[in-house]
This record gives sequence, structure tokens and C-alpha cells, in this order.
Amino acid sequence: MTTASTVVLPHPSGDKRLKMLDATMKRHQYQQDALIEILHKAQELYGYLENDLLLYIAHKLKLPPSRVYGVATFYHLFSLAPQGVHSCVLCTGTACYVKGAQAILANVEKMAHIRAGETTTNGQLSLLTARCLGACGIAPAVVFDGTVLGNQTPESVCDRIQGWLENGTQ
Amino acid sequence: MELNELLAIAKQERSQAKPVQIRCCTAAGCLSGNAEGVKHELEAGIKAEGLEKDVEVSGVGCMRLCCQGPLVQVDTPAGSKLYEKVTTQDAFAIIEALDGGKTHISEIDLSQPFFSYQKPIVLENSGKIDPEKIQAYIAAKGYQALYHVLREMTPGEVVESISHSGLRGRGGAGYPTGVKWATVAKAKSDRKFVICNADEGDPGAFMDRSVLESDPHRVLEGMAIAAYAVGANQGYIYVRAEYPVAIRRLQTAIHQAQRLGLLGSQIFESPFDFKIDIRIGAGAYVCGEETALMASIEGKRGLPHPRPPYPAESGLWGHPTLINNVETFANIAPIIRNGADWFASIGTEKSKGTKVFALAGKIRNTGLIEVPMGTSLRQIVEEMGGGVPDGGTAKAVQTGGPSGGCIPASAFDTPVDYESLTNLGSMMGSGGMIVMDDSTNMVDVARFFMEFCMDESCGKCIPCRVGTVQMHGLLTKLMQGKATQADLALLEELCDMVKNTSLCGLGQSAPNPVLSTLRYFRQEYVELIQEYLELIKD
Repeated sequence: MTTASTVVLPHPSGDKRLKMLDATMKRHQYQQDALIEILHKAQELYGYLENDLLLYIAHKLKLPPSRVYGVATFYHLFSLAPQGVHSCVLCTGTACYVKGAQAILANVEKMAHIRAGETTTNGQLSLLTARCLGACGIAPAVVFDGTVLGNQTPESVCDRIQGWLENGTQ
Repeated sequence: MELNELLAIAKQERSQAKPVQIRCCTAAGCLSGNAEGVKHELEAGIKAEGLEKDVEVSGVGCMRLCCQGPLVQVDTPAGSKLYEKVTTQDAFAIIEALDGGKTHISEIDLSQPFFSYQKPIVLENSGKIDPEKIQAYIAAKGYQALYHVLREMTPGEVVESISHSGLRGRGGAGYPTGVKWATVAKAKSDRKFVICNADEGDPGAFMDRSVLESDPHRVLEGMAIAAYAVGANQGYIYVRAEYPVAIRRLQTAIHQAQRLGLLGSQIFESPFDFKIDIRIGAGAYVCGEETALMASIEGKRGLPHPRPPYPAESGLWGHPTLINNVETFANIAPIIRNGADWFASIGTEKSKGTKVFALAGKIRNTGLIEVPMGTSLRQIVEEMGGGVPDGGTAKAVQTGGPSGGCIPASAFDTPVDYESLTNLGSMMGSGGMIVMDDSTNMVDVARFFMEFCMDESCGKCIPCRVGTVQMHGLLTKLMQGKATQADLALLEELCDMVKNTSLCGLGQSAPNPVLSTLRYFRQEYVELIQEYLELIKD
């Protein structure tokens, strides 16, 4: 015999991700100072932060939308645009710079016809730069879809993303 | 938890240790070389050979020599071997050679200066214990300092002891830690906070990450001791989101410590309660500045605000707050355990103890070193680092990240301590040390750092927001060979202005790389102007 209080209702939007986001906000007791944690979670669930999502979070935390938007735009890791299927993050820290990260960046930009921070038109690849991955011992370092590889060269990076660019063949 | 229980855990852990230990480095550098796979292969191999009774395979923290990773250390009663660049195919050979045989895998000489000059205090457990096992930390005398502090010392005595040790802030500025603690301890408030600054944003620095990945409990213990000394009950660790491994291991460590009652309420049956939460950054360099960091913890944009009031009086949510760097906290437990006099006997007159540096750039041995304060740059670069590869010569060492400067080869005999580096126009900084050789253009280095500061400026104050853009423009003009003498004069004037009128440390130190390259490598700037003059002549 289930009482009404124990029945888990599906989220009205029918979107499981929103339910997970709500659970995170609830865990933080809708505290306004947990905004950054909640934005991290939202980006993890949705891949990027669209305006409606920011408005939803603002509403739930009883914050002005300007404040939520302000925080989302202040921090580099929050993205307001959809990301590509694959990501390639080039470290441009000092050690990588000394060991030729600039040349890698120039080559990849030329090959993919996009600048750092952009996504290819076919939505396959997002090219990003990181300030420092802290993997200076193995510079130059590049992150392919979350996997860090060290001692990279322009050739080795271009080889890896070649397949991604050709319409997502692995 | 009582002391005898703690000692029982340590004793049990030690008695379970098997005679042969195979340790695989699982810090971020080696992980990128598939250290995880190597560890799995070794475990499977030991199982297949039926050697589980005598041999233990464990993942440990950083073993220092990152450039030769993945590293595997084998300790047998006969001695130790450190294998380099181990692949999954090498696992079988390592197991074959456990009885003292030879392998085809190259071994690292543990007696070379890179290892022998080190004096591990902060890194004493790094590469020796499993960071994801609290028992291993307890077996290495972990949490004994906390017990001693809570049961046998007053908060005042703890502050006194830290003051006496001469420990200074390892975040780079070198403010005496004891003085900071005393200020927070004196502040009157019903709530106080302790914050660990693990927002290691300087490019070229990875010491804090290694400490968190290799020995997270050491930082928690240091924070708990600090909290007791200043009267705080809540701690925050502010970690960069770029360090997922460190975040995961910290979460594990906090969880384990809470389960054993080493964090939480009534620690060691004393009236002292202390809770630690992790706050994850979102990629803003300015958040390493303490006032901006606190704004970020409060869920706001990371904008700094003018000091005073200092965090020690009015910090997080307006309450007195103690903020120290990871490495500062990592030094606390050993100071309590071995005594302030022991710590004060290491290092130079004004800079006590050791410093961890991240050695990188154009140098043979890149990785992590911990050396006593006062070790000369020459010893670090030439003897420990093994000099520049491919026969180049070292031209300069960059310390202190974007706030620091470049130290020319002519000054390599300088002992490394806070004052000497400041006198050279650089700074200790957090501990990144990047070696540059002849092929590096110093003006371009200055431009690289200026670009960094320009991107990372939070935009609150005009000198930094506008000044960095202008300086970057001038440096770019120089690099293109289109600058005149007047541009150089303007650059110097701007440096002076930005340095003296910016609101926070980011802006105040942004001109440092330019000033220090101008000071030691002015010729390179002048040459770029010469080019322009000749161009007009034609």
C-alpha cells in the first residue's frame, strides 16, 4: 500500500536530466551560494548552459537572472553554446609554450578551419585551449575527449583529429 | 577514536605489508601514459603466477620524475628498482625479474642528484603510500599530530609553535603563517572559517596538484590543526575543476576521515568539531587571489575587493577566515610531529623549511622536486635537472608564473629563497620553475604572460583591464618589428602605472615578466626596434 508521499512522480517535463538537476539543487537546499556547483552539474547533464536553463536555475534559487548569467559568463569552464561531439583541448601553459604548443595550435586551426574556442560546422570537433593542465612534466600536453596525452607534436595531434573531422568516423 | 585505536590501525597496516612491494605511479602525468593499464597488467600477472601471498601491487602518488613516466618501483628485500617508461607489455618482464634478475626495461639511477638532493617533508609519503587508503597514511604516522594537538596543546601553543617554526606562506607571497594564524585566532566571532587554496592557476605549476593526488590526508590534517588553532569549525578546499583526479581523491579522503571520526564532530573525543567541504572552481585564474576566491565560494563572480578588511578580520560571509595554500597546510603536521626547532633548522635565515618546485621546460629531467630553501638555481637546473637537452644552454629560469619574472643564467648561483628571488625582480610564487634555452625569445615570453594576464583580468579595475591590453598590444608590435623607441618608453611607463594602481595581485604583478625581461634582456627589445629603424631607412 503506497501512500501519496512515497510515490515518485516523474518530472513534469519528462526530461530525466531536469530531475537530476532538481535533485542536485535540493541537496544543496536551494542555497544561493551553491550556484557554481549547480551550474557545473547542469553543464555536465546538458553539455552546455542554454538561456532557458539559466532562467530555470535562477528561478529555483530565487536569484536575479542577471546574477546567474553573470556567473556563467565569468568562468571559462561554463559554455553557453553547444559543444562538438569530440573535444580537443590544447594546453597553452608556460612549459607547453616553451616546447612549441603555439605551432600545434596553428596547425590544428589551419587543418580544422576553426579558431580556438570554436566548433566545426559539422559539429564534430570543438577546439579549446587550456591555461595549464598541470601536466608540465610531459609538455606539450593535449586532451582528446578527456584523455590527456603528453609529448605531442603538430603531426601527432593532426593525425588524431583527422578521423573526427571526416564526419565522425572514429 | 583514541590514540591506541589509531596506533592499532597503523600496526595492522604495517603487519599486513607483504615482503615485495610493486608501486605504480598514478599521478596525472603517468596516468596520461597509461599507468592505470600498467597497474592492471601487473596485478593480473601476479595473480596468474600465484604470487599474491608475497607481492603487493599498489597505486601511489607522484614519484617525481614525470618525464620518464609511467614509473614503477619494485621494493624487494634485496633492494629497490625504479623502472621508467613502463608499458603494459613490460609487466611480465617486471614480474619475471622479481627474484633479482635483469630486464630489458631501463632503470632510473636513484642515486643521481635529481633524487639525492631532495629533502622530502611535504612529499615524504608521495610515491610511497596509496593516496586512496587512509590506513596507509595512518601507518605513516598520519593523524598523530592532530591527536597530539587536540589532547595535549592549547590553541595558543599551536600558533606559537607554527610561529616559532618560521613557516611562511607557500602560495608565493611568503607571509609568516604563524602571524596569520594569530590574527585569525584573536578575531572575535562566533563563526570562523579555514580555507585551503588549491586553485593552482599559474601555468607551469603542478606542485599542489601532486600533493593532493599523492597525499590528500596530509592536507586535511593540516587544515584540522589550523582550525583548532584559530577556532574554526568549517573548512573549504577550493580546487580547480581542471584537476579531476585530485578532486576525486580528496572526496575519498574526506569520506574516509569522517568514517573513522577524524573529521566531523568531537574528533578524538575532544570537544572540537571540524567539517571540510570541497568547492570546485570553474576556470578563473583570478580566483587564486584570496578575496576573489572567497567571492567564488559564495557562488558569485570571482571579483577581488580591496583590502583591508583582510580575510582574517572579515572574510567568507563577513566572518574571520584563514586562507592558506595546499603546501602550507601540508607542512603543518610534520612541524607538530618533529617540533618547530627541527623545521627552523632547515633552510636559510629568513626562509625556513623546504620548497616544492615543478621543474619543466627545456630541461632533461622534468618533474617534481622538494629542496631545502637556499639551494642554488644552478644546483637545481644543472645538477638535478641535468641541463638543457640537445646541447643547448640554459638562458633563463622563469619562476612565479605570470606574476614572477625571468632570472638570467648569470644569476644562477643565487640561493632560492623569498628575499633573493624578490631582489632579482622575480618571486618565489607557488613554485613553478620553467627553464628556457637560447631558442626562446624573451620578448615573446613577456608577450605570452601578458596575454595570459589580459585574458584573465577580471575587469573590475581599469589599470589592469585596460593596461594589460595596451601592454600586450605594444609587445605584439615589438614582435612584429614595428615598434619605435617611443613605444618602448610607453611600455615602461605603463608597467609602472599598472603595477602601482591595480586593485589586486593579478594586476599589480602583471608587469613583472616585462620588467624582468627588460632588466636582464633589454638587448632583445632594442634589437627589435633596430629592425624597425632599418626598415624605415630602406
